[in-house]
Amino acid sequence: MSTTNYIGKPTSRVDGPAKVTGAATYAAEFHVPNMAYGWVVSSPIAKGRITKVHADEVLAIPGVLEVFSHENVPGLAWFDRNYKDDVAPGGSPFRPLHEDKIKFNQQPIALVVAETLELARYASSVLRIDYEEEAHETDIEAKRDEGFEPGRGKSGWMPPPPPRGNPDKAWEEAEHHIEHEYVHGAQHHNPMEMYGATVEWRGDKKLTVYDKTQGVVNVQNYLTKIFGLSKDDCRVINQYMGGGFGSGLRPQYSVFLAVLASLELKRSVRVTLTRQQMFSFGHRPHTLQYVKLGTNPDGTLAAIQHHALHETSQFEEYTENVVNWSGMLYQCENVKLGYQLAKLDVFTPQDMRAPGAATGSFALEVAMDEMAAAAGIDPIDFRIRNYAEEDQNAGKPFSSKRLRDCYHQGAAKFGWEKRNPQPRSMRKGNRLVGYGMAGGVWDATQKKAAAKATLTADGKLQVSSATADIGTGTYTIMTQIAAETLGLPLEAVTFKLGDTDMPEAPVQGGSWTAASVGSAVKSVCEAIGEKLLKLAQKMEGSPLKGASPDEVEFVNGQIRLSNNPNEAVVIRDVLQASGETRLETDTSATPNLLKQATHSMHSHNAVFVEVEVDEEFGTVHVTRVLNAVAAGRILNPKTARSQVLGSIVWGISMALMEETIMDHQFGRYMNHNYSEYHIPVQADINDIEVLFVEEEDDVVNPLGVKGVGEIGLLGVAAAITNAVYHATGKRVRDLPIYLDKLL
Amino acid sequence: MNPFTYSSATAVEDAVRDNASHEGAAYIGGGTNILDLMKENVARPTHLVGLNKLPLTAIEPTPEGGLRLGALATNADTAWNEEVKRRYPLLNQAILAGASPQLRNMATNGGNLMQRTRCYYFYDTATPCNKREPGSGCGAIGGFNRIHAILGASEQCIATHPSDMCIALAALAATVRVSGPNGERTIPFEDFHRLPGNTPERDNNLEPGELITGLDLPAKGFEKNFSYLKLRDRNSYAFALVSVAAALELDGDTIKDARLALGGVAHKPWRDQEAENLLKGQPATPETFARAAAKVVESAKGYGSNNFKIELARRAIVRALKQAAEGSQHASDVFLNSNP
Ligand SMILES: Cc1cc2nc3c(=O)[nH]c(=O)nc-3n(C[C@H](O)[C@H](O)[C@H](O)COP(=O)(O)OP(=O)(O)OC[C@H]3O[C@@H](n4cnc5c(N)ncnc54)[C@H](O)[C@@H]3O)c2cc1C
Ligand code: SF4
Repeated sequence: MSTTNYIGKPTSRVDGPAKVTGAATYAAEFHVPNMAYGWVVSSPIAKGRITKVHADEVLAIPGVLEVFSHENVPGLAWFDRNYKDDVAPGGSPFRPLHEDKIKFNQQPIALVVAETLELARYASSVLRIDYEEEAHETDIEAKRDEGFEPGRGKSGWMPPPPPRGNPDKAWEEAEHHIEHEYVHGAQHHNPMEMYGATVEWRGDKKLTVYDKTQGVVNVQNYLTKIFGLSKDDCRVINQYMGGGFGSGLRPQYSVFLAVLASLELKRSVRVTLTRQQMFSFGHRPHTLQYVKLGTNPDGTLAAIQHHALHETSQFEEYTENVVNWSGMLYQCENVKLGYQLAKLDVFTPQDMRAPGAATGSFALEVAMDEMAAAAGIDPIDFRIRNYAEEDQNAGKPFSSKRLRDCYHQGAAKFGWEKRNPQPRSMRKGNRLVGYGMAGGVWDATQKKAAAKATLTADGKLQVSSATADIGTGTYTIMTQIAAETLGLPLEAVTFKLGDTDMPEAPVQGGSWTAASVGSAVKSVCEAIGEKLLKLAQKMEGSPLKGASPDEVEFVNGQIRLSNNPNEAVVIRDVLQASGETRLETDTSATPNLLKQATHSMHSHNAVFVEVEVDEEFGTVHVTRVLNAVAAGRILNPKTARSQVLGSIVWGISMALMEETIMDHQFGRYMNHNYSEYHIPVQADINDIEVLFVEEEDDVVNPLGVKGVGEIGLLGVAAAITNAVYHATGKRVRDLPIYLDKLL
Repeated sequence: MNPFTYSSATAVEDAVRDNASHEGAAYIGGGTNILDLMKENVARPTHLVGLNKLPLTAIEPTPEGGLRLGALATNADTAWNEEVKRRYPLLNQAILAGASPQLRNMATNGGNLMQRTRCYYFYDTATPCNKREPGSGCGAIGGFNRIHAILGASEQCIATHPSDMCIALAALAATVRVSGPNGERTIPFEDFHRLPGNTPERDNNLEPGELITGLDLPAKGFEKNFSYLKLRDRNSYAFALVSVAAALELDGDTIKDARLALGGVAHKPWRDQEAENLLKGQPATPETFARAAAKVVESAKGYGSNNFKIELARRAIVRALKQAAEGSQHASDVFLNSNP
């Protein structure tokens, strides 16, 4: 029996104790000597020009060190390309304090630096700035007819595939057809930890930057390009993160401003944002979607048409895959997908958990429910009748797909058979009861990543990679992978991350970390294993002599022959006998493109929801959610389940509460705080359940994982919307479902 | 946030004197509202007079047979006080429907009365607001006004008073005890908060420097037939879109006495005595309740995003009166069961 098998076993977070005891230090908590504090001044207008910054008045306050604004910021890099971070969309990136122009409300327009935080905050509150206001446009409704197709988007974005079949004619001639518009407003990232950076000045333009980010390498590239620093002189560190969800993929202006101030003042500087300022950058864009579906007499889909229009800023073309999924989730010969952007005087949107798919799956899956109702078919039955056996967008088979099992197992566990298909037919006292379901699809991606491993004579292994743990459990699963690969106890393995001195890894996002960094960790541990084997074979009387790496296994602290487990040597003995104090190596893992090119790689899910709706008040209570997820191999059922639970809560939030409200009079988001930007509290969450339908997949990557960071969110908002329809007979097509929409 | 000084008073007279001797001073109780307002630059006191050491935390009987709630007793201690639970369960329910346990543990009774509106524009110094800056205009009229008033508003301000506790206090006809530079006085609860009119900067009728020392509840507590019903955008930790405090005294099926007050609909806790009169002497039936509800919303006016509140308020009044008459359900929320 092996005791060092960890993959697939529920394992508690290895970083848990540090987090709950406060030993984990976050970016804005590092204390460095002689630190100055910066406070960001945000624009109160949406568009215009700054005519004067009355800096002299606040510089007269004792303890105020400097007021940075476009009036005095020194010549930085000139070209757009220097400001483009690794995941920037097309266009011209925003440059803080670069010019007198105001391009969006809450734009950072000055940084006041002082000896204390309180003083910086006070000084910024009395800093007078003169403006010339210009008319702004922040309402996408006004730009309905001015949508344009983006030229080039950020990496990972794919323009929708060209139409197939004859979607217009097929829709016209369909036995049943529907067409509707679906809308949700802007949603803002609000992880608990606010953005902030502590920049330690180590003399002579040498900096250590503690920054809240999902990618230290991205931040380092960005800073070195703008400020002309060498990478050796700009070390970026972020070991813990109080939530990311995409908000930290791109470097935020807080780190730019902190570095600027540090270099100018030749001093350590910290800049943190307020909760209100968390509404001043990337968000899930306000999106208008139009879906047309039609069915044949046998209940198969005759046509799918899905068009999306969402906002972007005046300076960048933010893109996400909203509609593409509609061409691959169901089998259909006649498909037309459209995707457009509209420029508004707002900041550039940004990836937010399952970007694009969370939006697109809401519209498609509500439309599917409407279509099923119109055709008189059970929603699950309807989906199974239209099951896609291959990805028609790409014309390739799926590397694995057990969505059908998600439907069947999920429905059975949920008790779908108790659903009376008639809307408004189920009741509990004053409340109407409804069942709804929906589902989704997300990419399984692997990116190039590197890792380093060091095994010391005491049998301890340290593995590192410049990746991040945005709360997903990266520390834990990498520790599991390393321990299992080398047959070491978990306690003997330490995984380190979030430091640009470590081997390079991509930003943590897109649910690709388990696959990408996990593959690198596996590969570097295998390399250590090979070295160990060679040393073991040199030992006197070694039973492993002549064995090749695939004839041995690493289990229980030993290397042993796979076909004769009694022939073994103890790993610690190998090192001691060899006289080596440490074995060290680094490698990178790249996706096997040859193998992957012939397949389409995706995770899928099906969500089942029960709601109770007070008939007179329209208040919606989500009493049960079951999310069945097919995402390859599950490395750690405990942390994976947490990912899906969090997604469900977010889906409830998206369906019932979340919306940043723009007052177009001022071009300003008005509910920019936790008190009025609603997310669920404990009392809103009842029974939620996660069911993993595991898949075997040796195409996606050597570990067979697809990632679970985003898939769980898909379909949740649609399933709730569908359940509300089933309960009340009212179809809501604009989120969130506030009670007044049901009155 | 501006620089300020702080002192902590141990006697009421000292607190009042200290406050009067600093231009721009303010009292601070639990600090759960004033500190937020200071961080947003909405409140800019030069000096804070701390009240938590004042001997005003007791909850004790009054000579008239009622109950006196100290101004510095916390919202939590008030809600869970045995006498409050037994004799004034409506107040218990209203307090527990508000904020969160952490906030209620800090918040004081005086501070609860004095908390300011949650109007988004009031909180954001980048927008106009007549309450924050008289004469600057009202951002909410013509803007986003989901949480705003449908009753008693003015062309200058359509803000609402956000408290839950105060809705029960209005229904129970409490009396506010204050102490100020000119001595002590009492104010009937209904006259404490104001309608906005042309002076929305004034939330209430306290004179400058006056300190709330306590709240007197009359003997009658309506402990048998009451309901505090709160409708909001999530199940907890959100302010009321509409809330209703309903209290009945029944003689068989006939309503002998009735109280009806609404929250989330006006610049002050909205008690409607005309509607109460429509209930008195009538049978406790849905028809009676509907008549009272219609009376309350008769003069209601929506401002766009809050139009729905008129119908919501009407339905909520009927439900709350029904729950009160049944004497069964004392839930503070449609979905949450009442706390033990
Ligand atoms: C996120 C959030 C959610 C909330 N949700 C709700 C809710 O759902 N329902 C609800 O009812 N409330 C809610 N509250 C508000 C909460 O009830 C109030 O903040 C609290 O009651 C204020 O009491 P305090 O003692 O902290 O007041 P403080 O913040 O100390 O003071 C508030 C004001 O009262 C003045 N003041 C304080 N004491 C006295 C006194 N004795 N005499 C004269 N003036 C005085 C102060 O000068 C200040 O102007 C919420 C608050 C927050 C922050
Ligand atoms: S409603 Fe009142 S508080 Fe709100 S913006 Fe208007 S004046 Fe200010």
